[in-house]
Amino acid sequence: MATLTARVLPLPVRFGNGRHLVERNFLVYRRSWIVFVSGFFEPVFYLLSIGVGVAQLVGDFTLADGTAIGYAAFVAPAMLASSAMNGAIFDSTYNIFFRMKYARLYDSMLATPLRPWDVATGEVTWALLRGACYSAMFIVVMLLLGLVESWWTLLALPAAILIGYAFAGAGMAMTTFMRSWQDFEFVQLATMPMFLFSATFYPIETYPGAIRWLVEITPLYQGVALERALTTGTVSWTLLINALYLVAMGTAGMYVASRRLGKLLLK
Amino acid sequence: MSVVLENGRRQFDYWATVYKRTWKGSLVSSFLLPLLYLAAMGIGLGSFVDDNGTGALGGISYLQFIAPGLLAATALQIAVGESTYPVMGGIKWQKFYFSMIATPLRPADVMYGQLAFVAFRVLTTCTVFLVVIALFDGLATPWGLFGLPVALLVGMAASAPVCAVATRLENDSGFAMIFRFGVVPAFLFSGAFFPVSQLPNWIEWLAYLSPLWHGVELSRDLSLGTVDPLAALGNLAYLAAWFVVGTWFAVRGLTRRLIS
Repeated sequence: MATLTARVLPLPVRFGNGRHLVERNFLVYRRSWIVFVSGFFEPVFYLLSIGVGVAQLVGDFTLADGTAIGYAAFVAPAMLASSAMNGAIFDSTYNIFFRMKYARLYDSMLATPLRPWDVATGEVTWALLRGACYSAMFIVVMLLLGLVESWWTLLALPAAILIGYAFAGAGMAMTTFMRSWQDFEFVQLATMPMFLFSATFYPIETYPGAIRWLVEITPLYQGVALERALTTGTVSWTLLINALYLVAMGTAGMYVASRRLGKLLLK
Repeated sequence: MSVVLENGRRQFDYWATVYKRTWKGSLVSSFLLPLLYLAAMGIGLGSFVDDNGTGALGGISYLQFIAPGLLAATALQIAVGESTYPVMGGIKWQKFYFSMIATPLRPADVMYGQLAFVAFRVLTTCTVFLVVIALFDGLATPWGLFGLPVALLVGMAASAPVCAVATRLENDSGFAMIFRFGVVPAFLFSGAFFPVSQLPNWIEWLAYLSPLWHGVELSRDLSLGTVDPLAALGNLAYLAAWFVVGTWFAVRGLTRRLIS
């Protein structure tokens, strides 16, 4: 079954041998499926606590185009974007660092016909598959709670995968520069402020000029803007800029990651 | 008594050495994170809550509402963090617990030493946090400073039972479950961010079971000067019970694991 799944997945260009790595991760995670499943609960807990509990204290929000929405509908797409980021970052930093330094997994892989690019694409594809499962379930929860306002929500899943792609690529590139577990403090230092301040809990208009600009250039803000526009139906052409930003970030990350993996492991 | 003190002194030496080497690694998670939450939720989101009318919160600002809650929640997170991987490390990975009991220390002393270190971490982190809260006008009255001993008690009430579990686990995948289904829901649903009376009835009752809720209540009542002595005694007794029973199980678990 595992083999079959890995073989019938749609494969991007040059994906090539990366699928073997996806197959390997799939087999490993079959043994710890509880850890896999439990990952879904965290964003839902946040949604229920802040979107439902705090919402009663906040009241409705007015979006830039003048439509008023409930606070839960405002926060939910941001939780979706944040959880796509967190999942991708976790998979592409902690897990990859462990496999690279301790399990020495990639050393063994590169002793086969696999090339560094295959390792990079394989790991990122795995992170995206896993993230897509969580995001899809989260969107279903949003539907059940009545937090979806538009048919554009159909694009929310591809958008979440795009967010995952951006952060998985960047995370993997960063991981190749990490020296020890202590360096992971920097990962938290980057993701936590983004989670709290990327217009996740209140509109971007709250910030004064310079700070607003600073928030707008962060990658999570791009993701939040994208998801919020889709699920609330306030879609405009500027979303293409958000999407392009994320594509560029992910691709640059993948390129750096595969170059660095080659340098680190093929000496 | 003097034996206990002497054993405690030996332990202190060990933990002081460890922390001198590792404190930098805990700066972001223990000091910066709670501050960022305070800024994002208390100040950022707080401006919207306050605009919406503060009737639901009894006339105080949202910042003053969540600050005592966040203090107790921070204590819980630090305490659980220091009671999971370090305890398993002492038994399984670095095995320093075994070296400790090769000296005059007994397993009980080792566990008390571990708990004392957790208490130290909770106290230092929460003191810094409390000072910042006070500077941001997060305390409704100076009585809020008594949130510190409450935070310590919350930390110990969480640490002891988690240590008890950690001494019985075979591998660390159980910790992911403790965080996902224990710490995170407690953090989000124990009344730190909104009154638990807003929750559906059955979840409200789950919240009452959590030690954190009792800590949040105590800490907030102190800060607002709305302490009801009887309720406060109940909260204190509940937290103390978690600590005492947890410690008993932790000592038992560790003794079995180290001496068999």
